[in-house]
Amino acid sequence: MDVTPLCPVCDAEVVIPADAMENELLTCAECGSELEIMCLAPLALELAPEVEEDWGE
Amino acid sequence: MRVALLVTHIRAEEKLLLAAFNKRGISPDIILDRELNFELSRGGEQLAPSGIAWQDYDLVFERCVSTSRGLYSLAILNCWGVRTFNTYETAAVCGDKLRTSIALTRHGIPQPHTRVAFTPQSAMQAIEDVAYPAVLKPVLGSWGRLLARVHNRDSAEAILEHRQTLGDYNHHIYYVQEYVDKPGRDIRAFVVGSRTIAAIYRASNHWITNTARGGQATNCPITPELDAICVKAARAVGGGILAIDLLEDARGNFVVNEINHTMEFRNSSKPTGVDIAQGVIDFVIEQIGVLA
Repeated sequence: MDVTPLCPVCDAEVVIPADAMENELLTCAECGSELEIMCLAPLALELAPEVEEDWGE
Repeated sequence: MRVALLVTHIRAEEKLLLAAFNKRGISPDIILDRELNFELSRGGEQLAPSGIAWQDYDLVFERCVSTSRGLYSLAILNCWGVRTFNTYETAAVCGDKLRTSIALTRHGIPQPHTRVAFTPQSAMQAIEDVAYPAVLKPVLGSWGRLLARVHNRDSAEAILEHRQTLGDYNHHIYYVQEYVDKPGRDIRAFVVGSRTIAAIYRASNHWITNTARGGQATNCPITPELDAICVKAARAVGGGILAIDLLEDARGNFVVNEINHTMEFRNSSKPTGVDIAQGVIDFVIEQIGVLA
């Protein structure tokens, strides 16, 4: 991946793992926001959805 | 072999499961629950978001973090005869603490003394019947959310008043358990089919020991006694791929606390030395062959 994407919350560069997948969750190392990879080519990050009441195991 | 992995999004567990499938030469289609749009008056011939008819999947592996989306999807798919892990029946029992308690009781499996009531007044009586400290839990919910340890009548009144003002009726079903004075830890055991493949202790200074809440995982030896109660508990809720949460009471006996049907295990393979994802996937593949 050529472009280092920026965190949509704090604008810090986000390190994308080599084996990243679409719809994978990541945490911004700078601000701690949970992000979702919406697209790999071109790379697009969005703030992940808020945890909902029925989320869990 | 055609497999779909139904997810809310990709977490560490789903990546591990996909890698385990890939190791066996299977590349599952990833289906996002946000893209589902089922036509309920038709059947499994309709296309999944992947473009494949649902009925053409040998297996749909449900890994939604959204319990309700996963549960309803399983209900629909099982109704159409599509094979899933877990089944709707298992997920419906595990997703509801009250139904889990009933299943455990029916199968004679030890669990904390539990009562249920439907009004603040009867809930107060239930708490006092269980005796202080008691634990109040939502019947639906996970990750240790909204658990309350109730030490006395004052705190019971306050918590019940707060619960009653919450809008969702789920919070007006008062599920009350005795507090088990565990030794600073609980046990999570991973059951795949009829075998306990790994278990961890979850230790914490807090009375809530979920790893989602900071509990530290270390290996827990699988004794014959632990394996027996876990396998029995898994069968009681319908069987499948399950995480059994147990407590050790003051006499060191196991009681089953909860059972999870979409288990998280990212922190458990390292301390146990067991490749949990591969254990799960090898079981799934074997079952597809057995049931075909």
